[in-house]
Amino acid sequence: MNSRTPELRHKYGEDKLLAETVVVTRLDKAIGWARKYSIFPYPFATACCAMEYMSLSMSPYDIDRFGALLPRFSPRQADLLMVIGTVNHKLAPVLKRVYDQMSEPKWVMAFGACAASGGFYDNYATVQGIDRIIPVDVYVPGCPPRPEAVLDALMELQGKIARQKHPLI
Amino acid sequence: MGEDSPNIQHLREKFQGRILASHAFRGDETVVIPREGLREIFSFLKADPRLDFDFLTDITAVDYLGKKEPRFEVVYHLYSLRAKHRLRIKIPVPAEDPVVDSLVPLWKGANWLEREVWDMFGIRFSGHPDLRRVLLYEEFQGHPLRKDYPVNQRQPLVPERELEDTFVDQRSSNKLLQLQQKFAPKR
Repeated sequence: MNSRTPELRHKYGEDKLLAETVVVTRLDKAIGWARKYSIFPYPFATACCAMEYMSLSMSPYDIDRFGALLPRFSPRQADLLMVIGTVNHKLAPVLKRVYDQMSEPKWVMAFGACAASGGFYDNYATVQGIDRIIPVDVYVPGCPPRPEAVLDALMELQGKIARQKHPLI
Repeated sequence: MGEDSPNIQHLREKFQGRILASHAFRGDETVVIPREGLREIFSFLKADPRLDFDFLTDITAVDYLGKKEPRFEVVYHLYSLRAKHRLRIKIPVPAEDPVVDSLVPLWKGANWLEREVWDMFGIRFSGHPDLRRVLLYEEFQGHPLRKDYPVNQRQPLVPERELEDTFVDQRSSNKLLQLQQKFAPKR
């Protein structure tokens, strides 16, 4: 017999089968969902905050729970530029170039007080926040930030990625 | 001024009248010498078997703008690895002609140290083989550790974005940040 009638679909468990296996969503939302769990960070580590980044990637804090452990030491393969530490004017062209070399889609995290605002280095050498050179998506305060603060920022960024438009072409 | 240490007395005997001042306190020994003929004095400090200063630890400088004449002092720190004693040598340098003789012929390590003093204070070292900036970039104008250099005057290499484009936490109690944004000069 055919199973087109609701009674028969229920009898053979077909309606249940569909409910548990099919999810309906928009394609760009699905891409956003995939992207937010597969962030490849590029650690642009220049100063003491890098120590905090190391503890972040070790098992007690384990950034891999968020799919963002695997550091790519080539900007061409990275999605997230983590600027970890002080950037001075001599280094600024390098940072700009690294950012320009990353392919879209890309995001930037200013890790720590120095990257976010220059920190207490209000002097002749220091860039007063990397957002004077490149656009920044998420700022992490602290000198250095606690690993929890960075995880919080990462989740914030994941939310931002999920909310963004992801054009297919 | 405490009593002169044996090392400084030894130096005074050799260079009568060329030691402008000296100071010794618990092993912290300093002599002030003129910049004329400094290489002769440094060669003696290095070669003399009793002093035997074979290691040039550091060269730095001080800017006494408005506090002292002459304006600059170049400061050398010497150490003897064998005798384990130290000596600090200061050389006053006038602002209108900031030049001293290079010590690279005596200690090779003076090379980068002198370049750093040139970079930060603009004091030239005559006879230096390669007097370029060592820390800052070639495009930098001026010498930032001089007291008349504005403390936070920056010289960006890449164009910076407008201050309005950058992040300010509107909830922040630091109203100065928001004022800075409001009154940022338009370029």
